[in-house]
Amino acid sequence: MRKTIRVWSEVLFFIFPALILLAIFVVYPAIRTLSMSVYNADGDFVGLKNFADVLISKDVLNLSRFPTDTPPWGAIPHNALWILIHLPLVVILGMVLAVILKDVWGASFIKSIIFLGMITPMVVGGGIVRFIFDEHSGIFNAVLRGIGLDQFVRSWTVYPETALLALILGSVILWTGFSLILYSSGLSTIPQELYEAAEVDGANGFERFIHITVPSLKPVTITVVSMTLLWELKIFDLVYTATGGGPGGASTVLALRMYTLAFRALDFNKSAVIATVMTVLTLTIGAWLARTTRRMED
Amino acid sequence: MRTLLHRINWGRVAVHVLAYLAGLVWIVPFMGILMASIRPQRELIHGWWNLETITISMDNFAEAWNHPTAPIGEGLKNSLIVTIPATILPLIIATLAAYGLLRLRFRGRHIILFVIVLLLSIPQQMVAVPLFQILLDFGILNKFSGLIITHTAWGLIWITIFMRNYLTTLPVEVEESASLDGANRFQTFTRIVLPLSIPGLASVAALQFTWVWNDFFMALITLYEPSMLVATQRIPLLKGQYSVDWGVLSAASLLVTAIPLVIFVVLQKYYIKGLIGWTSK
Repeated sequence: MRKTIRVWSEVLFFIFPALILLAIFVVYPAIRTLSMSVYNADGDFVGLKNFADVLISKDVLNLSRFPTDTPPWGAIPHNALWILIHLPLVVILGMVLAVILKDVWGASFIKSIIFLGMITPMVVGGGIVRFIFDEHSGIFNAVLRGIGLDQFVRSWTVYPETALLALILGSVILWTGFSLILYSSGLSTIPQELYEAAEVDGANGFERFIHITVPSLKPVTITVVSMTLLWELKIFDLVYTATGGGPGGASTVLALRMYTLAFRALDFNKSAVIATVMTVLTLTIGAWLARTTRRMED
Repeated sequence: MRTLLHRINWGRVAVHVLAYLAGLVWIVPFMGILMASIRPQRELIHGWWNLETITISMDNFAEAWNHPTAPIGEGLKNSLIVTIPATILPLIIATLAAYGLLRLRFRGRHIILFVIVLLLSIPQQMVAVPLFQILLDFGILNKFSGLIITHTAWGLIWITIFMRNYLTTLPVEVEESASLDGANRFQTFTRIVLPLSIPGLASVAALQFTWVWNDFFMALITLYEPSMLVATQRIPLLKGQYSVDWGVLSAASLLVTAIPLVIFVVLQKYYIKGLIGWTSK
């Protein structure tokens, strides 16, 4: 009996403060949002009606323009396109750069430069992206002029056809540091004997990369892919500062739609739908990561 | 000459060229911000890379610091007021919880751990609207304390898991011998566990500080009075809808980025270790 009392007083001291804060400021609000997604503004239960309304609204999925016309296509296709372009670029660039930078003079300095994007606040990142793609002051357009592609010179972030693409490409610059650092630390765990044996067998550099480096880095790739997916699904600050989701919604994303619905349109139930959809997606990725890592540990 | 050419390892040359090319591509955007911040607007219109006439001045920094609508100086002060406690508080509370969840044997500890792991994957958007309402009810909306407590609760999720994983790497025997010598849980925790956890705590402090400092979304929904806004909230206010004063925006951007940059440089080892340990646990 005395032992039980002691254990519970220890639980009270060590764990209770964290539980109280989590319950009030995270768990309760999350459950509340979930319940708001199935009620209307008058407090009547409406089932999945909000979901149906939101998912076919043109700011979320604009089927009259997607995929045959130019953006705006709606937040879901925009986030999907983000993943489609950003994810492979970040994975490949991070892995290849990590290999290239393994024995280059000054590699740690170059790594630090690439990692700058991870240290920079994403609101600043948004400003940087807008600056890069500015018609007169932006370096990207200067390069286009330099190589004779004058027809593409413009402020990329202010035209609906190019705004989203500019943001996605800019976000590659900002996020590659993450995958580079993880791959660099992963490379140092690959035993050197593997490479030496392959060299004896006559494998060239490219073959060694494909048959040794890539498979050995699989655990890192799983982490990079899942963390990057989460980042792409939750992207907000960058879009907010660079374009505000515009022009005309051409670069809007789920998190921005959620914010606009809640804090501009004051439509809390519809904003709860978007938040819930985002949570289902991120939880799926989290569960996938947990399952894959556990299976690899076994 | 022929033998010299023969001796050059062209593969290694190519690797170096590619590496420096990548370094160039990634440094250019940041170089642009740096150049724009120290040069007047009239020199930026034709590109910051144009080096024919260079006038270096700190005017952009002065203007950003005292900007009429969104003074960055005040924002930096507010950011510090929020970030310092929002780093220390979750660090303490989460480390206690991590230790308790690892060592205390009580019913419900597995389910608690499971729920916290679940919360890891939840986006901030999922709590935004009810959180706004709760802070309003508690009378701490639009107050620094409201944002501090928000970041504290949010930080608890990852720090508890991180520190729990970290503590599993510490030897349990030392703790056992301490308790045989008559030390209670709390004494064991402060005298043995905490000193051994300093590298882990340094990683957490570096990452949590940077994430709170860089945060925009939570600040956006909890602070709205102009004089209360933290530094990141002021960056979007500096750009006009149609024409942008790149000089002032760049100077403000550098000022806001300077603090996390210093944290990174000073705590680089812990920062990287924490990030790698955190993501690939």
